Formats: sequence, structure tokens, C-alpha cells
Amino acid sequence: MSIFELTIAGAAKALAAGSVSAVELVTAYNGAVAELNPRLNAYITVTPELALEQAKAADARIAAGDATPLTGIPLAIKDLFCTEGVRTTAASKILEPFIPQYESTVSGKLKAAGAVMLGKANLDEFAMGSSNATSGYGPVENPWKRAGSDARLVPGGSSGGSAAAVAARMALGATGTDTGGSIRQPAAFTGLAGIKPTYGRCSRYGIIAFASSLDQAGPMARNVEDCALLLNAMAGFDTKDSTSADRVVPDFAAAVERGVKGLRIGIPAEYRMDGTNPEIVALWEKGIEWLKDAGAEIVDISLPHTKYGLAVYYIVAPAEASSNLARYDGVRFGARVDGVDLIDMYERTRAAGFGAEVKRRIMIGTYVLSHGYYDAYYLKAQKVRNLILRDFTDVFAKVDAILTPTAPSAAFGLGEKMDDPVTMYLNDVFTVPASLAGVPAMSVPAGLSAEGLPLGLQVIGRHFDEETVFAVSAAIEKAAGFTPLPELRAK
Amino acid sequence: MGYSLEGRTGTWEVVCGLEVHAQVISQSKLFSGASATYGGAPNAHVSFVDAGFPGMLPVINQECVAQAVRTGLGLKAQINLFSRFDRKNYFYADLPNGYQISQFEHPIVGTGIVEIELQDGTIKHIGITRLHLEQDAGKSMHDQHPAKSVIDLNRAGVALMEIVSEPDIRSPEEAGAYLRKIRQIVRYLGTCDGNMEEGSMRADVNVSVRKAGEEFRTRCEIKNVNSVRFVMHAVETEALRQIEVYESGGEVKQETRLYDPSKGETRSMRSKEDAHDYRYFPEPDLLPLILEQEFVDALAAKLPELPDEKRRRFCDQYGIPFYDAGVLVADQTTADFYETVAKGRDGRLVANWISGDFFAALNRTGTNIETSPVSGEALGQLLDLITDKTINGRIAKDVFEEMVETGAMPAAIVEAKGLRQVTDTGAIDDAVTKVLAENADKVAEYKSGKDKLFGFFVGQVMKGMQGKGNPALVNEAVKKQLG
Repeated sequence: MSIFELTIAGAAKALAAGSVSAVELVTAYNGAVAELNPRLNAYITVTPELALEQAKAADARIAAGDATPLTGIPLAIKDLFCTEGVRTTAASKILEPFIPQYESTVSGKLKAAGAVMLGKANLDEFAMGSSNATSGYGPVENPWKRAGSDARLVPGGSSGGSAAAVAARMALGATGTDTGGSIRQPAAFTGLAGIKPTYGRCSRYGIIAFASSLDQAGPMARNVEDCALLLNAMAGFDTKDSTSADRVVPDFAAAVERGVKGLRIGIPAEYRMDGTNPEIVALWEKGIEWLKDAGAEIVDISLPHTKYGLAVYYIVAPAEASSNLARYDGVRFGARVDGVDLIDMYERTRAAGFGAEVKRRIMIGTYVLSHGYYDAYYLKAQKVRNLILRDFTDVFAKVDAILTPTAPSAAFGLGEKMDDPVTMYLNDVFTVPASLAGVPAMSVPAGLSAEGLPLGLQVIGRHFDEETVFAVSAAIEKAAGFTPLPELRAK
Repeated sequence: MGYSLEGRTGTWEVVCGLEVHAQVISQSKLFSGASATYGGAPNAHVSFVDAGFPGMLPVINQECVAQAVRTGLGLKAQINLFSRFDRKNYFYADLPNGYQISQFEHPIVGTGIVEIELQDGTIKHIGITRLHLEQDAGKSMHDQHPAKSVIDLNRAGVALMEIVSEPDIRSPEEAGAYLRKIRQIVRYLGTCDGNMEEGSMRADVNVSVRKAGEEFRTRCEIKNVNSVRFVMHAVETEALRQIEVYESGGEVKQETRLYDPSKGETRSMRSKEDAHDYRYFPEPDLLPLILEQEFVDALAAKLPELPDEKRRRFCDQYGIPFYDAGVLVADQTTADFYETVAKGRDGRLVANWISGDFFAALNRTGTNIETSPVSGEALGQLLDLITDKTINGRIAKDVFEEMVETGAMPAAIVEAKGLRQVTDTGAIDDAVTKVLAENADKVAEYKSGKDKLFGFFVGQVMKGMQGKGNPALVNEAVKKQLG
């Protein structure tokens, strides 16, 4: 069996048993990155020497009997996590020269667990996008192909580099961040599992902010169990993030095998939207059957404010982003374009440093917060956001988890949906409500489209009940028996 | 009758409200662990949070919250158990995040009341609208390089309290009294050092004018005025300017103005049309600030006695006049000094000496209570020597001057110079006899009705006794011998 067939759990066992060393594992993955990255562009920055050093340290730790399940596991770190001494760009030209002197809490926790960083994964610029096409460092190619076509497809976004890296065997797992679907949609597009935990479960300290009230870090991996192992290490209260939750982190990996017997699973009527791809609807029906067969009770539910989710999201997120991105002014760090005076320097720096999508969102956000528009847009959106949250709270009095599709379509071609931003925004229609409510949600691969592309189902749980989300996702994973692999991958 | 200004068209009333920015005394900044102390090399007290680096998040400093609550309690104000931080967005080079974290809609402190006293003794209440917490910006310097500006972020992120008054102020005097009172209160509380010269306290002054009985007219805001005197002058200057505008047939435009102390005038900074749109919205990096009532109660229990209460207690406890008590409670150190000396002594005598000779000596020697050549113990001893009649009041003043010059204790000076008061009636009688004999002509004049000469005889006797005669006994003896 190829070393690339190992999952994180499998690799951990092999490392513990001594049948493979961390140096061997990481050398193989460094090789895969070197081979495939020039084509897929999954990484903005690769750190093979650093990875090898960390692998040696991991081997020493394993030998000393001091290993965690992640010691020696090679990961891609989304280039939105600040990494001490390693360039961090947020896929923006404005941060091209930026090397942080500090480490994000989440990447620091993975480092402390002995995980190895292969490099910094590509993403949509400042995590704004659903295709990874807005990156200032070029688009990422999805390693999957439509049957009989060599057309380049998008890996989804914004964690598109993370998704492509794990799918193409250029990493065993990856960190992502999810603001409105940025872990779940790319996971679905690349046949991976990925979870956006409850808002507050992982610290945001050191993660470059897009929309502070929505941003949440989470893992992406080949299966549900690997995600649980990663999240075990990533989660936890952090005094440096006032919005992180001071709660005990349960053993997520232990929850994976729980099963769904007796669980009540809600099926929200509002997610059956007109014009949804029949393939997606059919897959959803299949998921319902699988869970029923596994002993769950299926309950029809209503989340009445779902239809406002996208509109609310595209007001709240740009509003926060317009403020969060004000610090990129060329004064203290990052790129600067000199001007005749301060205002001119700001304008030149930001005109040159930000891409079109980022500028669009800054303008939308500035507009909705402006005097005279605030009440009509931002304030109204916050009120509706509360109603969406209440939809979930009400429903979770009756059900233990909710099952929906992850995305309205399979991966689309690079260049498609790029003319009209609204078409692109529609990708997030199923993922955005859980983000607005702050509840945990996971995408799990469940089948292939007629064109041979992976499709995902989404499991949404109660606040801080990732355990049930993992259990339900694992049940779907087991029933789906999803085994296809992408065409472009390390072998 | 209150303050008013006479214009060509009649009498004008001045309406004023102040926004006082007071820097909070705390070890570290409002949202970061960097030092909040004044001074230091440029950019020495700056964390990545203060500099607005990517991925950095604010974490509220509990001590700053406690200081704001203490100040609120000192202003007799409502403490809001729920408050929230908002972002105030604008671009400037010394504002690293591109927004200031402030409190817009839900301040930590609500309405309160401050009592001020005017020259004529009138007491007036000025309403407090609110107090909120916010971060200070850094400092831009434009004179360090021919073509560049340089930024010092030491102050960026330091906690400020913005204390907003109601438009209850009606004269420059009231504005000055209010500002001094706020400064006195925060100094008593130890929540702000009140140093306007160092910029740790500054005021935005809102001024409008109106004719009697009118609603408020348009106001102008004068930014960043940094002394009590300048605030008082700015109110008057701006009021006169507005009156002139109205009386020339114009309209006052709502705008932000700058006060120029060197020219003694205000000038336009930006009009309402150019006003920033700050795009306030709730700070998503911070949870709402929820206080427990017990937390507030615990701070209230440990609050020091405030100047108004102390002043009333001094009147009751020491029997001193209200005015004198006001002088003594002007600052905490003076009040403490007074109470140390007054313990077990005549409070009125102590008050007179402190506000009289003692303050005069401090002024003259350029010292203060901490560095004074005369300690509380020494002053107390001097007053004891007066009370037990070892020396008389006249000699006490000489002894005090000696104490100021040499720092010696009064008892030692009295002994060394033989200044004890003479109460031996025989010695006094002899001195009187001598003076009367030497001034037989004046005695004759006195007896023919020139009563005023009585004082002359007493003076001569005291002079003959080098001032050491007991004044009462000398009086008595002179009266007796003159028959």
C-alpha cells in the first residue's frame, strides 16, 4: 500500500508501530508538494526544510513515548493563520512581504501537538470567495475532473488550497477557516470531510480577520475521524480571544463511533429550494434513508428565515470586513505604495494591494454602515440574524441534528460564475445560515455527480455539540462508503 | 443675576456643555498588556494589538473597567451593568486599526450630577449625560523630518474616559468650576492624574448662545482645549463670535473649531458637511461588558471620601466655615494634612494657620505639602505652644518664619531664643509703669479724651518686653494704671 493511502489515524498507528517514520512520511509529502503544486497551486508558500526539521523532532518525540495522535502528521496550514517566521499573506498582495513574529493559537496548538507544517495553503483573498479564484497568487485547480473532460475546475473557497492539498495527497489534513461556508463548500467540492465548529470553539487569535462575528477555524481531512483528531488539538479556550468559549473540549474522536440510534434528525423544508440541482436533492434523499436505516428518527422541520440568510450574510460580513481591513494602510507592515501625502499613500497602497472582490466587499460594507443606511441595512440584518438564530434554537428543542446538502452544485469550471458576483454568492446558500447562527456544521462526502464529481451532505448541530455532528457525519460516511479518488493526486 | 453678554440687539445667554477626556490611571492599556505609563522612548510601549497587526484581538483590561466604575460612582451616576463597545471607523496614520474602540450606544456610566461652587458662593448642579470608555490614538509628529511624518504609538490604546456633561453650563466661570471639579473628583478617586499640561485630561467645549426664553440655538464644538483658563476663555470668545455672527444677520453653522491660545480666538476646523461618517457598529471582537452588582458594590464600599462630603464633614466636625473647608479639601493631600494637624487640636486655629501662613510659606518657597520645610508635626507643636500660652500669637508668627527658614522644631526655637510669653504680672506692671512715665504728655492727652492712645501704650509695653508679654495681661495692666 502506498504511504499516501494512510489517513491521519492510520499514519498515527504506523508511526507508533514504527512501520514508518515521520521523516519518511514528510519526505514523501514534500515530494508530492514539489510534484503537484506547480500545477494545482494549492500552496502559496512551501516550507519543506522546516517540515523536515519538524519531522525529525516528531520522530524523537515518538521514540521518547511522548507522541500525540498528530505527532509527525504533515498538514497544510491555510495562509490566513499567522505563522511565526513564515510569510503569511491571506492571499493578498497587500501582505506579500508580511512575516509575522507571532503564531496563531490554532496553528500553535497543532505545532505543540507535534504536527508538521508543509506550507501555507492558498485561499480566496482575505477568505472572500467561493472558488479560490480571487487569490492574489493565482487560482487553485481542483484535482478532480469531470468524466471525460480535462477542464480545470475550482476547488471551492475560500479554503480551496487546503481542500486541493488534502484531496491531491499533498497533505494529510489541513486547517481551514469558515465564515459563510469556506470549509464546508470546498470540502464538498473535493470529496473531503470538513467541519466548521461552533463559533467560539477555536480561538481566532492570530487568524487574519475577515468577518469577526462569523470567522471560525476548523479542520479538513479525508474522513470524519481525521477531522475529529485535528479538532481535538485545535479547539479550546484562549484568553487572547474574548469570543472564544471557556468550555471543556470533549474527545471528538470518541464521538465518531457513537452511532445515530435514537437520534432525531431534522430535515428543513426551506432547503428544498426551487431550481436546486435534482442530483443534489436525490443525494439528500439518500442521506435521509441512510440515517433512517442506521436507527435515527427523521423529523420534518422548518427554519422559516432561511431565505434571508444570504442577504443577511452579505451585509454583516462585508460590514465587518470593511472595518477589519482598514488596518492595511501601508503604514506599519505589508506593502506600501508611496504617495504625495497620507491620503494619497492610502489610496495607492490599497488600490494596488487589494483585488477586485475585496474592494467590492469593502465598498458594500462601508455603504451599509454609512450614516442614513445603517438602520436599513446593518441593523435590519442583525435583527434578521437573531431570527435565524432563533429558528435554530427552536428547532434544536425538537431535533438533535439537521441534515441538508452542503452546496447547490458540484465543483464548477474555473471562469464560470465569475461574471456576476451574485451567482457566486449563491454557492453559500446552504452553509450561511449555520454560520449566522454560530452552530457547528460539517460537510461529509456522500456520492458522485453524474459527471463524476464529489458531492457533500451537511450535518448541523446544536451549539457546542460537535460530538453529535461527528456521530451523524460518521454514520453517513459509513453508509455512503465513498471511495473514489481524484485524478490528480500523489500515488 | 447670572452671566450674560450684551450685544447690539440685546442680552445674550451662553449655553455650554463639556466633553472631558480623562486618561485612566492603569498599569496596562485598555485592550492590551502593553504599559500605559507616560513617557518612554517612542514606540517602546507598543504591543502587536496596539499596532493593529493582522490577527490581533483586543482583550478588556478589568482594572480600566473598575476605574470607570469608580469614576461613575464619584459622579453620583448610574452604573450600567450592561454596556458594549463599538468601533468608530476613520483613517489616520496614528490610528493603527483604522478604527477606535469606543462605546457609542451603551456607555458604562449613565446620568449623574456634579456640584460646582461659584465665586459668590452659589452652589449649582451640572448634569452628567454619560461616561464611556475608549482607547486613545497614537501621536503623529510632523516636525521630525523634512518630508515625512513619524508616529509614536506609546499612547495608542491607553484607556480614556469621556465624561459628557449636559448643556447646563451658563458662563465661563461655570465651565472653569466644572472642569476643576471633575479634575478634583478623578484625582480624589485616583482614576486620572488630571494633568492637563501632559494631555492626560483635555476638553471639547460645546458652545451656543441664545436670547432669554429661547430654545437652544446651533452649537459649535471646540476641540481639545487643554487648560482650565483656555476653556474659560474659549467659551467667552466663541460666544462673542457667535453673537457677532447673529447680530450681523448671519447664521451660526454647526462645525468643529479649534481654539488658538496664542491668538485668543477660535477658528473653523471642519464643517458639518465635512464631518467624518464614523460608521459606528458593535465591536465583534468583544463580548458585551456585563458587570455584577456585587462588583460595583465592592468598588463603592472602598470609594474614598469625596470632596463634597469631606467638606461638609470638616464643617461639622471641626466647626470651620464652609468656605475654609472648601480651601482645605481642594486636594486630598491638603485635606489629609489638615486632618493630621487638627487631630486633638482646635480645628479653627489649624484651618487659619494652614490657609494663612502655611500656604503663604509654601508659595514663597516654591514647595508643596510633601516637600514643605514645616512638617505637620512641627506645625502642630507650634499651635500647641500658642494654646498652652507658652508663646503668644505675635511671637508664633516669628517662630513660624524661623521654622520655614531652618526647618527647626518650634519648641527648640522658643527655648533657644527665650521667646516664652511673660505672664508675671509684676514684670508686666513694671513695664507699664515705665512706659507711662516716659510718655507723661501722652498720658495727659489720653486723660483728656484721646482714647485711641490706649493702643499706643499697649504697643510700647509689648515692644519694651520684646513682644513676649501676654497680650491680655498687658491690656489689663495698662487699663489699671491709666485709672
